[in-house]
Amino acid sequence: MTAPLPAPIGAPVPHRRTWRLVHGRGRYVGDVTVPRLLHAAFVRSPHGHARIDAIDVGAAAATPGVVAVFTGADIATVCRPWRGVHGLFPSLNAPLQHALAIDTARWSGEPVALVVATSRAIAEDAAALVVIDWTPLPAVADPETARDGAARIHPDLGTNVCLVQSHESGDVDAAFAGAAVVAEETFRFGRHTGVPIEARGLIADFDPTERRLTVHHSHQCPHQMQNDFAVLLGLAEHRVRVIAPDVGGGFGIKQQLYGDEIAVCAAAMLLGRPVAWTADRLESFTADIHAREHVVQGRVALSAAGDILAFDVDDLHAIGPYSQFPRSSAGEGRAVVAQTGAPYRFGAIRARATAVFQNKGMSGHYRGVGQPIACAVTEVLLDKAARGAGLDPIAVRRRNLVRAADLPWRAPTGVTYPRLAFEECFAALDAHLDLEALRRDCADARANGRLRGLGLACFVEMTSRGSGFYGTGGVAVSSRDGCTLRLEPTGGIRCLSSITEQGQGAETGVLQVIAAAVGVPLDAVDLLTGDTATSFHGGGTWGSRCMAIGGEAAWRAGRALRAEILDIAARLLQADAGALDIRDGVVVDAATGGGRMTLAEIGAVGHFRPHEVPGAQPQLVASASYGSEAPFRPGCGLQLAVVEIDPDSGAVRLERFVVVHECGLVVNPLLVDEQIRGGVVQGLGAALFEELLYDSEGQLLNGSLADYLVPTAPEICDIELVHAHATPAGGDDLGIAGVGEAGTTGASAAVLCAVNDALSARGASIAQIPCTPERILTALGVI
Amino acid sequence: MKPAEVDYVRAETVEHALALLAETGVDSKVLAGGQSLMPLLAMRLAGPERLIDIGRVPGLDRLEIVGDRLVIGALVRHHRVATDPLVARAAPLLAAAAPHVAHPAIRNRGTFGGSLSHADPASEFPACALALGADIVLVSAAGRRTVPAETFFEGLYQTALGPDELLLEVSIPVATPDARFAFVEFARRSGDYALAGLAAAARADGDRLADLRLAFFGIGDVPVLAAEAAAILASGPHAETAIAAAVATLDAIEVRDSAAAGAAYRRHLARVALRRAARALARPEAAACR
Ligand SMILES: Cc1cc2nc3c(=O)[nH]c(=O)nc-3n(C[C@H](O)[C@H](O)[C@H](O)COP(=O)(O)OP(=O)(O)OC[C@H]3O[C@@H](n4cnc5c(N)ncnc54)[C@H](O)[C@@H]3O)c2cc1C
Repeated sequence: MTAPLPAPIGAPVPHRRTWRLVHGRGRYVGDVTVPRLLHAAFVRSPHGHARIDAIDVGAAAATPGVVAVFTGADIATVCRPWRGVHGLFPSLNAPLQHALAIDTARWSGEPVALVVATSRAIAEDAAALVVIDWTPLPAVADPETARDGAARIHPDLGTNVCLVQSHESGDVDAAFAGAAVVAEETFRFGRHTGVPIEARGLIADFDPTERRLTVHHSHQCPHQMQNDFAVLLGLAEHRVRVIAPDVGGGFGIKQQLYGDEIAVCAAAMLLGRPVAWTADRLESFTADIHAREHVVQGRVALSAAGDILAFDVDDLHAIGPYSQFPRSSAGEGRAVVAQTGAPYRFGAIRARATAVFQNKGMSGHYRGVGQPIACAVTEVLLDKAARGAGLDPIAVRRRNLVRAADLPWRAPTGVTYPRLAFEECFAALDAHLDLEALRRDCADARANGRLRGLGLACFVEMTSRGSGFYGTGGVAVSSRDGCTLRLEPTGGIRCLSSITEQGQGAETGVLQVIAAAVGVPLDAVDLLTGDTATSFHGGGTWGSRCMAIGGEAAWRAGRALRAEILDIAARLLQADAGALDIRDGVVVDAATGGGRMTLAEIGAVGHFRPHEVPGAQPQLVASASYGSEAPFRPGCGLQLAVVEIDPDSGAVRLERFVVVHECGLVVNPLLVDEQIRGGVVQGLGAALFEELLYDSEGQLLNGSLADYLVPTAPEICDIELVHAHATPAGGDDLGIAGVGEAGTTGASAAVLCAVNDALSARGASIAQIPCTPERILTALGVI
Repeated sequence: MKPAEVDYVRAETVEHALALLAETGVDSKVLAGGQSLMPLLAMRLAGPERLIDIGRVPGLDRLEIVGDRLVIGALVRHHRVATDPLVARAAPLLAAAAPHVAHPAIRNRGTFGGSLSHADPASEFPACALALGADIVLVSAAGRRTVPAETFFEGLYQTALGPDELLLEVSIPVATPDARFAFVEFARRSGDYALAGLAAAARADGDRLADLRLAFFGIGDVPVLAAEAAAILASGPHAETAIAAAVATLDAIEVRDSAAAGAAYRRHLARVALRRAARALARPEAAACR
């Protein structure tokens, strides 16, 4: 869409829900009360890999206040097991997974038994009394051992490999043979997790008389869960209702089916009473989805002039013991294969991603899903190659970036990018700061013995996927969203949307779109999200899509409601609907702006005196749903980091961080800024602080917030945001690209490049994140 | 996680607390600021039968100068150590260390006595107490005794405190006008426990240092006095060669190894801390440094 869109689209409206939350009016799963509620606690495997020989629940069941103790076999009587398969990847090995382990536990923290009691404290007391006879089995912890070692996690598979994805295009060997410079590196990416402030949790309430299941669920995708619960628990989907009330952060951690969560639903079915469970922080660390943990061999070939000729990447990543459900574990490796070299023009690529099983916590989709890996590998290799060729690394980037003239760009990865705006991004960066002066400043510092460096990463974020990935792959995940609007009798508008809100502010953006589409003040619209009984079956939050997809549905519903209101007004006023407009909640004469009717008058007539409307039955409701026809919408940008390393302690201090970003139509710049900042901080955490440490037996060594180092305010510098604006895509839609994962996608890469720039003063380098002080000092040869 | 069921008694006076502690046959634990004990209970790493809350015992939060000693009552909060002008004057090392202890919310509740009693090896105040030659006053129903910091810290989370004893207060020689100190800490994030750190106190004696005490924390099971290094630094005028010699003595110190930081790294940080502290101590306005 190219015409300027009406306000409040584009206005920096503060996130509406925040007002309520900071007043203590939050309504999280833990705030929900249900009569006759019981509480669950899990017994989890203390072993990375062990056979369950016997489970004695006697003492636990005899504890006063305990209502039931369920083993995996008990839960399996009402809950089917699942396989995380994906039809686009038929070779994907997806072992059968039960809600609770039945005969073998495959990670430390895997749920094995479930105690249900009148209070959580009693349930925990009793959980400690469940006696399990274990036979420890050889554990497989690191990715290389998983791939190459003898121990098998699923003996019947005969391999620990879950999936190998390969892609080759162009003459890679010839490109490398003819290259002036080849840069090569082995990268290691630590295992991370998303750490939402509100831990996972749910209350499952089952009414056996109607076989009706109602679940209050801290989740990003309630519609997906409605479908999963119905299918796996043998219920009619239209009698399953999942409500995601206030949700305190998701980041991909609340995007899948979890065995412990569906076991709580199963327990509610077995007992006919509501059962609540919320993870404690240790459970979160051992049983939430983890991510990353890659070892990547990467090479890039450069011509003498600095043209990128080819990439060659071999990625190995470890995903825990199962393929996640329902989305499978194909996405992480898929992103590495598809997004290597994404911002650049080049002719040939060989890429392989191997996912292996191991005895650590389940791994899956965390903000960015594989894209941060592809970005870091690409950017660090480019720096290294440019240095090797004696070229300026930033000039090499500028030289190779995809230009407007190249669009649509058919990358050798097989991905077609309809829209990238790197020229605009660089222009915006140059307008924001003096890049050459910054670089001189770093070089001067290095000349004086300091370790100061600048890193610049170009990134592409794939947002707002169409249905070609999950839908075509036979995965029951919606890529659409829907919106229903109702005009209430006194003129207010009620919106029922299938988007979900975990704090990112998408609700506020959608409200702005509706207010603009209908022509009413923001406060005239109220929004209900996260309830599968009231809204269209939609995707919810994943892959940077709520505004782009859900906002589009809202726009269309808003325009439809507006059209009906104008039609009713025209009939009542004996006017031409085309000569009327809705401005600030009032039907006006389009030419003069003179008020003709309020929306309250329309509402009252429509609802209470519909017989007065000539020739029409007022509906006063409009719905639209929308799914992108394109495979995805790209957002793109630059991230720039300046760091200074203390050569004595090895600590990396962030001195400056700048993000330049282009995401099509910006509905609300405040929301975009905060999405990017939040994403950047998670990328910075990955680059400098966060890592889940396991020993070789698969024991997690740092499962607390004192030991797993999430960056806090003093560790982060200000994050400067620059919006670049490129020509709209020109379709019939609003032209919004998502921004949820943009920050995370490029931040680690920028920091890793900056650290290496700093270390170059001493001829040192590092290709591992997090760049802990210990690793930096090791790279410097100090320890 | 929920703590296991536990009895709770609020002590009204020191005598009341001591009488409760003297009862045999019940596994009791003193509760002060709760900033270490409550997480241990919640994670079920500690499971006493009874908590004796001393939080409202009057008089335990005294902070005053008695003769030439600064007396810090067990219940003096970290925040007060960080901000009270009396501490800044009489024990500036403590004032410099306090902002490194955890975060404001925790400093508002955590107590000086709790910090010494808990004896986390990475904790700042135990090392400061050692560097300052503090005396630690313990009481039980049977009486009162004074234990010097040198012998109070016995091992990992182990102190000289008997099961029936309460840490009553700590007494520290008031800083003289010629006092010098340095505090250096390395932690991954602001407010984290130290990977390694050094609390150092001395007196200026011309261009030499007298009574130099170097107390390392974070590197061993208890705060460690580096006597040999102190002797070298105190023996002559400040010089880089002396610093290098002092640093070399650290090779003999036993250093712990953990997933968060390997032994070689911790030892390296100890060396860096000593270098920085030694240089800072040589300056007339020796003050805290990072
Ligand atoms: C997130 C976090 C970060 C932290 N970071 C740091 C840090 O960087 N540096 C640091 O030093 N500390 C840190 N702490 C710990 C904090 O300083 C605690 O306050 C302190 O260690 C214990 O003091 P307390 O008063 O809270 O003691 P409590 O938790 O109440 O008790 C701790 C132990 O001491 C015993 N005890 C307490 N008082 C007495 C007494 N008078 N007599 C006998 N026994 C007693 C208790 O029985 C218990 O065993 C941190 C804590 C948290 C939660």
